[in-house]
Amino acid sequence: MYTFSNKLRTFSFILIILGALGVGYGFMTSHKSFEEVEHLLAEESHHEGGHAEVAHDEASHGAHATVNSHGEEAHAEVDAHAKHVEHVQHQIANRPWSALYVAAFFFMMIALGVLAFYAIQIASQAGWSPVLFRVMEGITAYLLPGALIVLAIAVASGTIGHYNLFVWMDPDVVAHDKLIQGKSGWLNLTGFIIRGLIFIGGWVLYRHFSRKFSIAQDTAEDKSNFKKSFRISAAFLVFFIYTESMMSWDWIMSVDPHWFSTLFGWYVFASMFVSGITVIALISIYLKSRGYLEFVNENHLHDVAKFMFAMSIFWTYLWFSQFMLIWYSNIPEEVTYFIARFNDYKLPFLGMVVLNFVFPILMLMNADYKRIPWFVVMTGLVILFGHYVDIFNMIMPATVGDRWFIGIPEISAILLFAGLFIFVVFTALTKAPLLVKGYPLRKESEDFHY
Amino acid sequence: MEASKVIHAIYTDDDILMSAVKKVKAEKHHIEEVYTPFPVHGLDRAMGLAPTRIAITAFLYGLVGLTVAITMMNFIMIEDWPQNIGGKPSFSYIENMPAFVPIMFELTVFFAAHLMVITFYLRSRMWPFKKSENPDPRTTDDHFLMEIAVHGNEEALVGLLKDTGAVEVNLVDKAH
Repeated sequence: MYTFSNKLRTFSFILIILGALGVGYGFMTSHKSFEEVEHLLAEESHHEGGHAEVAHDEASHGAHATVNSHGEEAHAEVDAHAKHVEHVQHQIANRPWSALYVAAFFFMMIALGVLAFYAIQIASQAGWSPVLFRVMEGITAYLLPGALIVLAIAVASGTIGHYNLFVWMDPDVVAHDKLIQGKSGWLNLTGFIIRGLIFIGGWVLYRHFSRKFSIAQDTAEDKSNFKKSFRISAAFLVFFIYTESMMSWDWIMSVDPHWFSTLFGWYVFASMFVSGITVIALISIYLKSRGYLEFVNENHLHDVAKFMFAMSIFWTYLWFSQFMLIWYSNIPEEVTYFIARFNDYKLPFLGMVVLNFVFPILMLMNADYKRIPWFVVMTGLVILFGHYVDIFNMIMPATVGDRWFIGIPEISAILLFAGLFIFVVFTALTKAPLLVKGYPLRKESEDFHY
Repeated sequence: MEASKVIHAIYTDDDILMSAVKKVKAEKHHIEEVYTPFPVHGLDRAMGLAPTRIAITAFLYGLVGLTVAITMMNFIMIEDWPQNIGGKPSFSYIENMPAFVPIMFELTVFFAAHLMVITFYLRSRMWPFKKSENPDPRTTDDHFLMEIAVHGNEEALVGLLKDTGAVEVNLVDKAH
């Protein structure tokens, strides 16, 4: 049995408190008045050395003061200026919401990716992984709170907040937007909530029963629990691939309601799968270093690292396929998605390809390196950071535009959910022995040798 | 220097062969060669053979393929005749890079795979019309053969090999 060390528990609480303070700070400072934003923009244009905005300001103010023959033109200019300021004001207000949402989704998708990996291991009757099942079950314990938090933030942004994440939740926007009106059969708040609850319900139900059968199998006389978990795993994988795809439309793609991509669900899946496998590796290495997993050897680590390597390439394949097809055909209604990312997010957009592809492919290609724990940990941390940036790149351009930065709101949100994740996962790990006793493939897994 | 006389010990089971190899190694005899009809897992380690470096050569060949692809596309599409084809930007390599990635990928794989296979053939001396080196045709079907050099310790060796479960132990004179 694993005991949650006090140090780690305190550490997770510190993360949660620090994160919560930072998130609160982010929300407090994001409410800027019209004048404040106006002032900010004027200052920015000063710093950049561009006098256009200032001149424009003076002109419009002057026009405001004296009613002359060009009154109508001046009015249009004032309107454009007001619109611009309001736009920026909205982007600034969106930032803490988006920061919270990106971090919440990132940790939720780790748990969901692990759940899919776990189901695949059971359905394929893998002989190497059963010694890691309890680690996977521990990680998936975060799925229920994590997914509910993601859904809650999404819904809150459209009810408590001022439509800070999804513009299609704003009835005022929809009223003037033919394209969103056409999609409102799918994109409406009621449907969004119901679908979200169905997705979460299905995943959590599978998680609950597979965990239950897994623990029941420890003391069972026969293999009936194993057979049951095999059957529900196969069924879950079918359910999962449909709901994961729809979840990615709902929770991520709909931040850009004018844009769509057919392989988006796979792309999000690749991201969550590789992050999940990486976290399995990290937590196994941690638990082994504390002496809790003496039955896990370097051969198991080697296999997990191979998955990290292969799925990193799989992610890149999908990332590139999506990018290249849109870049090549260059259809205006699709390509705006990448133009926004390329113009304002050059470093994160290209940097994540280095983090998620170039780095893992060079670090994890050698078979010997995949067996060295610190090497896998180092690469794993880079992969996780890379996939955080990936989610960041999916959400931020649609909500905050060029007003992005990885500052206090973003880092605090990561700390908050990292603390929560550590607390939930390691608490779940204490609930059951770390080795599946009665699982039929346990012996094979213990003797696994590559 | 190759011994002129060798002993051929023949086995009919891979497990017995494995334990025989370990025993012969423990007695510090040099195993010249082992002939088997199929790969026996762990035999190379038991014989103490050095690990293969063919994966490293494949990686280097892949880099060669990538370089060939980049140089070729850069010369043809950007330097030699930068045409406007369907509005694709051919001002610099990086601007039109996504269109070249499929070729870069395939040539990397092509070079890595083919040159590695050719390296394998050269290193293992395999080519068409090559004279077979098989000392006993049964080793391609269901027998395992271990070849050990003799340096005047014939009787001790024969005894040892009989003990390891060999079904046949033959003294062969190679010098002819």
